[in-house]
Order: sequence, then C-alpha cells, then structure tokens
Amino acid sequence: MTAVAIEFRGVSKSFDKKDGGRQVILDQVDFVIPRGGTTVIAGGSGQGKSVTLKLVLGLMQPDGGQILVNGEDVTGVRGRALEQLRSRFGVLFQGSALFDSLSVYENVALPLRERTSKGEDEIREQVMASLAQLELVGHEDKFPAQLSGGMRKRVGLARALQLKPEIMLFDEPTTGLDPVMTREIYQLFVRTQEQIGYTSVIVSHDIPRVFNLADQVIILNQGRTDLFTSPEAIQWSEEPHIRRFVKTTMGNIYQSHLVEDSLGVNNTLQDRQR
Amino acid sequence: MQGNLLIRLGATSLSVLQDLGRMGIFLFQALRGLFRTPFRFGEFVKQMHFIGAGSFAVIFFTAASTGMVLGLQGYYSMHKFGAEGMLGSAVALTLIMELGPVLTALMVAGRAGSAMCAELGIMRISEQIDALDCMAVDPFRYLISPKFLAAILSVPLLTVLFDVVGIGGGYIAGVKLMGVNGGSYLEGMRSSVTNHDLQLGLIKSFVFGLLVIWICTGRGYFVHLIRGAGFGAESVSRVTTQAVVLSSISVLVFDYLLTAVLL
Repeated sequence: MTAVAIEFRGVSKSFDKKDGGRQVILDQVDFVIPRGGTTVIAGGSGQGKSVTLKLVLGLMQPDGGQILVNGEDVTGVRGRALEQLRSRFGVLFQGSALFDSLSVYENVALPLRERTSKGEDEIREQVMASLAQLELVGHEDKFPAQLSGGMRKRVGLARALQLKPEIMLFDEPTTGLDPVMTREIYQLFVRTQEQIGYTSVIVSHDIPRVFNLADQVIILNQGRTDLFTSPEAIQWSEEPHIRRFVKTTMGNIYQSHLVEDSLGVNNTLQDRQR
Repeated sequence: MQGNLLIRLGATSLSVLQDLGRMGIFLFQALRGLFRTPFRFGEFVKQMHFIGAGSFAVIFFTAASTGMVLGLQGYYSMHKFGAEGMLGSAVALTLIMELGPVLTALMVAGRAGSAMCAELGIMRISEQIDALDCMAVDPFRYLISPKFLAAILSVPLLTVLFDVVGIGGGYIAGVKLMGVNGGSYLEGMRSSVTNHDLQLGLIKSFVFGLLVIWICTGRGYFVHLIRGAGFGAESVSRVTTQAVVLSSISVLVFDYLLTAVLL
C-alpha cells in the first residue's frame, strides 16, 4: 500500500457549451490525496467539484491525464475491474440517493445482500449494529420520504459504510442541513473514520466549518487547483482569486476571528509559510 | 443561414446516431444482465405481477370490446354477401394475427411501460442509479433485466388472454346478439386458423414485448442524456410521454414489417 490514496496527474475535463464552445472544468490538474486523512475539495459552484468525484469513481472519463487510485491507473477501466475499483469506495451523495421504494433497513442491507454472500441473520446483525451506531434504531421500517434531511444523510452514511470502504467520498454532505445537524454529521464522520480508518474526501460549500475536519484543502478555480495544508494558509494566500474566494465564503466570520486572535497565532503561521 | 442549417442538421444526425448507439448497447447489457448471477428472482416475480397480472383488467376489457365490435362490424359486412358463416374465421384471424399482439403491446406500453420509464427516470435524476453503480451493483442485473424478462414473457401471455377474450366477445356479439349460428362461428374458426397464424401472433407479441420494454426502460435510464428533454421532474415527464409514443409507433411499424416478412 502506498501512502497516496488518490492522485490526479494532468487531468483535463471539459464540456460542450450550449453556444457551441467548450467549458473547461479541469485544466491539467495535479493533486495528491494522502491515505488516511481528510481532504476537502472546495470551490465556487460550477468549478468542477462534483465532476472531480465522478472522475474518481469512473462515472465520467477525463479528456486527458491519469487518475491513480492506490497507485493504479484507473482511467478507462471498465467491466469487472471497474466494479473492483468501486468496491473500494463508499459514497455519500448530495441528495443521499437512498432507494425510495426500499425501507431504511433494506437500503442499508442492500450492499451486503448484493455484494456479499452473508446470510440474512448475519446481515440483520450488522445492519442493526450500524443503525444503532448512527442513532437510527426505531426508524428501520420507515421509508426515505418519511425521514428528515439529517436522518437521510445518516442512512446514506450507514449504507456507504457497510462494505468497509478504503476511501469515503462525501458530495456536499451538509447542504440543506441546519448548523446543529451539520455539526452532528461532522462528528459522525470523525467517529466512523476513527473506527474504519477510511480516507475521507469531502466536497463542500460549507466553508469555513468544514476546515475543522480537514488535513488539507484543495480549491478548484477556473480549471486550476490550489492546495493548502491548513485553513490559515488559505486566509493568508496572496493569490487574488483565493482572496476573493475567502472574502465571499468566509466573509466576516473569519475576519472577526482574526481580530479576536489579534494576529498572534496567524503571524507565526505566516512566518511558517514563508 | 445555410451554414447554420447544416450545423443543425449535423448536430441532430449525430445525436440521433448517438442515441441509437446508446440504446443498442443498453439492449445488449440488459440481455447480458439476464445471465449474471445472482438473478433477482423475487424482483422478476414482482415485475411479472406488475406487467402481467396488473394488466389483466385493462386487457380483458379492451379485448372484450374489440371482439364485440369485430363481431358486430363483421356481421354487418358479411351479412350483405350472406357470408355470416365466415364470421368466426374473420374475428379469430384478425385477433390472433393483428389486433391481439398490437393492442396488447399498446396497452402494456401505456400502463406498465410508462410507469417503468418514469420510475427509472426518477431513479436516475435522484442519483439512485449512480448509487448502484458506486456500490458496484450492476444496475442492469439489479433493475433492468428482471423487467425485460417479465415483459418478454408476460406480453405473449397477455396476448393469448386478449385473443381468447376477444373471440369470446365476437361470439357474444355475433352469435348471441345478431343470431349467427354458433356452430358455424366455432367451426369457421377451427378450420381457418392454422398453426402458422398462431405462431405469427406469438412471434409478434414477443417482439412487441421486447420493443416496449426496451424503449421504455431505455428512455428512462438515459433521461439525463436525452437532448432537449430539460431537467428534473420536467425531463422525466417529457421522456415518459416520448417513450410511450415511440414504443407505440415502433410496435405499429414492426407489425407491418413482421407481417410482410412472416406471412
């Protein structure tokens, strides 16, 4: 096992625009997602955050470049090899993507039923254990339409974790949740990550809160990426587009935080950066 | 202006070709999914129940009224030539070779095909199909193939039901209401319907069942890729309408082709 979970090497992706032109989403992008930690991919809307996840999962193919998972090139992988690749991943979708005609229990049991040869008793035991862990006991017979947004996320998380993934991908996990719920979801990420030890990749709008979880942050902008290893590094970036991004997304929250800290901590950070 | 027209023509042709290619691969994958293990027998039974048993009433009433109309119309036309004795033969042949397979397929397209197209379309736009892909569960084996098998089997069965009920309807209208001789109705039918006619009807119903399920599930599955369908709920509703229209037209076109080739 290498220390790198996912690596993008010169990956490009563009789409046809309605007026006949091309919209470049990723332009020869390179970055590395190390094993075990949490990487946040941020950026304004339409900057290719979800596309990045789809490329990793093989739901889309890049126009050029290589994507490596555990050191293996996965671009153009199909059939069984693609299934094998995907079975390493767990995905929590933006809208949870629960099967709405199946109950909570059946949703969580689905990967076990379809991907393992476990008996129904064993499956029940495992599913009930994870429902208990995510505080969903008593809701197992409900259908997704009967659940709140936060509960749906938890069911989605339970389902994604059933096959003990090496890498968890979270697509906008807290969009549409209130701050209390958001914090709960983040706590669940940390707790389950400690237990299973997965590498976590979070695509998020939820700046700056999501930075509390991150070991590194990748910001996508105009087809380019910038890598930061701490939230402070982003704030202190001299790049104009990062400054703009900081201003629009973090706004006053971080500024007041800065004033309170009266630059003590941040000065040293700035020094370190230099 | 002319350049524009050429560009549009080219773009449309390309998207039609792309669409056909996609649908071709879709058919291949759906049929291949039938042989991938584990086959979802429970889902297959559920779909048989939905397409087959669920369509019983609508097929029954369509067949009864079609048969009765055929009986009446046939009686009036044949009465002019004193050929009422041929009524049974005319009703049975029309039903077995043409109306049975065609109307059954149209009814299944309207009732079950539309529902499946909408279901798959919603699963697609709410990322449920992507979720299956990401869990490395083959969506064809899981979702599509059981529907295919159920449709290919239940459309011929429903067609047989249609034929029997239609012939019964013709009997009621012709014999009971209009006073044609019952024996000659049945005997005319027995002597004129050959094994070849029955086979033609069955082959048609297999092909129509496949066409309807292929087009309806395929349109729903690719709802996000269809040009000009829009997005979200609107795209699902448009594509569902499109799927029913397209599968109905294909059934009618293939009816002609199969009759021309096989008769």
